[in-house]
Amino acid sequence: MFENHMELRFRSISQNEALARSVAAAFAAQLNPTIEELTDIRTAVSEAVTNAIIHGYDNDPDKTVYMDCRIEGELVTIRVGDEGKGIEDVELARQPFYTTQPDMERSGMGFCVMEAFMDGEQVESAPGRGTTVTLQKWLKVEHHG
Amino acid sequence: MQITTKRTGTVLHAALSGELDHHSAAAVRQALDAAMEDGVRELVLDLSGVSFMDSSGIGVILGRYRILRARGGRMRLSAVSTYAARILKMAGILTLLGGEGSQKDGKRGKKDV
Repeated sequence: MFENHMELRFRSISQNEALARSVAAAFAAQLNPTIEELTDIRTAVSEAVTNAIIHGYDNDPDKTVYMDCRIEGELVTIRVGDEGKGIEDVELARQPFYTTQPDMERSGMGFCVMEAFMDGEQVESAPGRGTTVTLQKWLKVEHHG
Repeated sequence: MQITTKRTGTVLHAALSGELDHHSAAAVRQALDAAMEDGVRELVLDLSGVSFMDSSGIGVILGRYRILRARGGRMRLSAVSTYAARILKMAGILTLLGGEGSQKDGKRGKKDV
């Protein structure tokens, strides 16, 4: 079984949203996924990193966002973590259109997008103890080169 | 993200090009709102050049829709890629702004909505 692992840590600034999703997609590209699968991963990672920056850290640029990517056979697992304020009610935060920042035109659809575009999505969070989102995707064997 | 606008009477055509995420959303919002000042009643948003969009795009589109509705105007999307349509559909935006050609599933490419 092919295995690989990488970690990335970066400043909590919005410029790094594109960096994180590009790195995650480049890592997953080792399994020769379709363009559509790569776009799913890029989009889900973008949502998770955006949440870490604007919700976890309240846009504090001096904080650090962590991303850990792993390949185990055909499974890609991406964990996006912050050490920010955490989520008080994860179930509420997952509801479509729920947002704590409506005045910032946040849609409240981030978790729905992650859930829809990945095969697995888990949220671990506690107030004051940060949030880690685990995203998983099976990359179909017929696409492997 | 680049924005090209063209004003014809009270109609504003705006073409977005590049990646629409949380990082670019603020600038897109400001540019569109500035271009919509002074009597724009209809916004046609061309998404053909959008190479990436996450849920931040939903916020940008819904925000402009609400501004226009408040002044009795309307908004239309054009050239929505199948992928962008998937995100917009989740938020019901295609239903909200649809009516001029419906979105079909299972096909890649650009289409008017």
